[in-house]
Amino acid sequence: MARVTIAEALREGLREEMARDQRVFCLGEDIGIRGGWGGAFTVTLGLEDQFRDRMIDTPMSEAGFFGVALGAAMMGLRPVVDVQYADFIYCAMDQVVNQIAKMRYMSGGKITVPLVMRAPVGATGRGAQHGQNPEALFLSVPGLKIACPATAYDAKGMLKAAIRDDNPVLLFEHKLLYGAKGARAESGTVDASSELPEDDYLVPLGRGTVRREGNDVTIIATLLMMHRALAAAERLAAEGISAEVIDPRSLVPFDWDLVNTSVMKTTRVVVVEEGPRRGGWSAEIAATLAESMRDYLTAPIARVASPDIPVPFSPVMEAVYRPDSDRIVAAARKLVDVL
Amino acid sequence: MVYDREFLLSLYRKMTLIRQFEERVKYLFLEGIMPGTIHQYNGQEGIAVGVCAALEAGDVITSTHRPHGHALARGLTVESLMHELFGKPTGCCRGKGGSMHIGDLSRGMVPAVAIVAGAVPMATGMALAFKMKKETNTVACFVGDGAVNEGAFHEGVNMGAVWSLPVIYVIENNLYSASTPIFEMVRVKKLADRADAYGIPGVTIDGNDVLKVYETMRGAIDRARHGAGPTLIECMTYRITGHSRRDTCNYQPQEERHTALENEPIRRFRNHLVSSQIASEMVLEDIHKGVEAEIEGAVKSALAAAGPAPEAAMEDLYV
Repeated sequence: MARVTIAEALREGLREEMARDQRVFCLGEDIGIRGGWGGAFTVTLGLEDQFRDRMIDTPMSEAGFFGVALGAAMMGLRPVVDVQYADFIYCAMDQVVNQIAKMRYMSGGKITVPLVMRAPVGATGRGAQHGQNPEALFLSVPGLKIACPATAYDAKGMLKAAIRDDNPVLLFEHKLLYGAKGARAESGTVDASSELPEDDYLVPLGRGTVRREGNDVTIIATLLMMHRALAAAERLAAEGISAEVIDPRSLVPFDWDLVNTSVMKTTRVVVVEEGPRRGGWSAEIAATLAESMRDYLTAPIARVASPDIPVPFSPVMEAVYRPDSDRIVAAARKLVDVL
Repeated sequence: MVYDREFLLSLYRKMTLIRQFEERVKYLFLEGIMPGTIHQYNGQEGIAVGVCAALEAGDVITSTHRPHGHALARGLTVESLMHELFGKPTGCCRGKGGSMHIGDLSRGMVPAVAIVAGAVPMATGMALAFKMKKETNTVACFVGDGAVNEGAFHEGVNMGAVWSLPVIYVIENNLYSASTPIFEMVRVKKLADRADAYGIPGVTIDGNDVLKVYETMRGAIDRARHGAGPTLIECMTYRITGHSRRDTCNYQPQEERHTALENEPIRRFRNHLVSSQIASEMVLEDIHKGVEAEIEGAVKSALAAAGPAPEAAMEDLYV
């Protein structure tokens, strides 16, 4: 069976859902222009040939088209918004936080907002405004679901689950994991491709997975950091430290059962995230575990995250900025050394 | 244009209903019986009533932080609003919305959006849905004058124009954005001139003339339903009450207020109905009494209704 990249898997997921359900449509900048790119990272490439009326190219108006998507969703359609870089969501913050996330609650549960917002994250040689990881900001916005697929299998299954979900879902995708080809290929890409089943499948939101089993320490990581964590676990194994790598896949809702079960076994936790450390989502996970799992923990919970600075441009500085497997190994080793 | 008498009286009744609702609500606030804050619609009734009278079942409106008039004009019940304003689970938003978020999509009004211009893109999106579903409905998007300076207004109206969507953007120009005179904040003489920037028709009309509003809206809806796209309608009016509940309006010059009171829409429409011998003072007085009884009934029922269970706060977030 051929392996497919995340970009291809997302494209097939969109194609299947649009074929299955007439209400599903895409909107965003540069997504369906003939002779164009299929969005910033080729995900929608060619879909305009098959779904001409449902690939809506928008003006450069992020606040506008997030709001448009909300309006369409309330009227019974199922929009998939494509924002070229997650950084641009900040232009649409009012729509996402005040309107999209709150509309159902404000209506007393009478309104349904089936809306998917796809957003590429990650420091990738583009400096401070095209490389952020804004996941943590949205953790404090009740009303949204947050999904972070790290493999092609999950990307397709979670996208399809998000499209069929009746709530607004932020789907964060990582630029170094897309496997985009041609002129839109990224240097430093990590292979996140998968073999995909022929039949229709979903990966439920809110359900994590154990990527590698281990006994000494639990490493929790999403997106690119999950791949770095797997590399770190491999190195730790060579040192005789058995690391369990958990990919929660969704940040909201969060698979506490999976994490708690792992923590009961390993008694030590490292939470890894690519965004800045202060106020990061890893802080939320760590604080909750500190409260609920104190009887099981034998070491302080460690966090590995970026420093509290904007994403620097110079490749030398960017490499220092973004957590790598060295830092994950060091954090895990330190916890195990405590005993 | 010649109108059916019953239609004219129904407009009068709606305008009166809004005015008396607002006055009753203000009293309830000042007495300390009603929680929250309010932004009232007194003086602008001709716009909501004129616009909504032109709508049909299946059409939808979006509203603002000043939504009571829009809701009543669109046909939400006095009772469902009063219960909501008292935070009761029997309110139109089960007590989760409050004054600034009243709405009921099943009656053609999405919950009001209290971020200025925040609903403009949403209105455009609802119209996009109508077009994609090949339905002939339209959207009426109410905004205040201050909204024209928000980015969301620009982005939302432009997309409605670019895609020729069935949406009518209605600016209620009451001359003040909170306490700030609007014409100190724009260089154009008419806010409808902004329409040129989007390549759509823009018109400035007397918003205190309910029939003028109705007729203009009918024309705009006709265009929209035939695929000719949006219209921007600027309705000139005046807020004859405070921006919010304790505003004494010291920034409104006395003379200006005086003129506005003479020009307010209900008084004008009443004079028109009486002088044209469409209705006698007595008939109109009966309408007032009927409206008063309806409102009192709603107040009584809202006060008597059970409050929400505190734990209901945890419901209605996700499907």
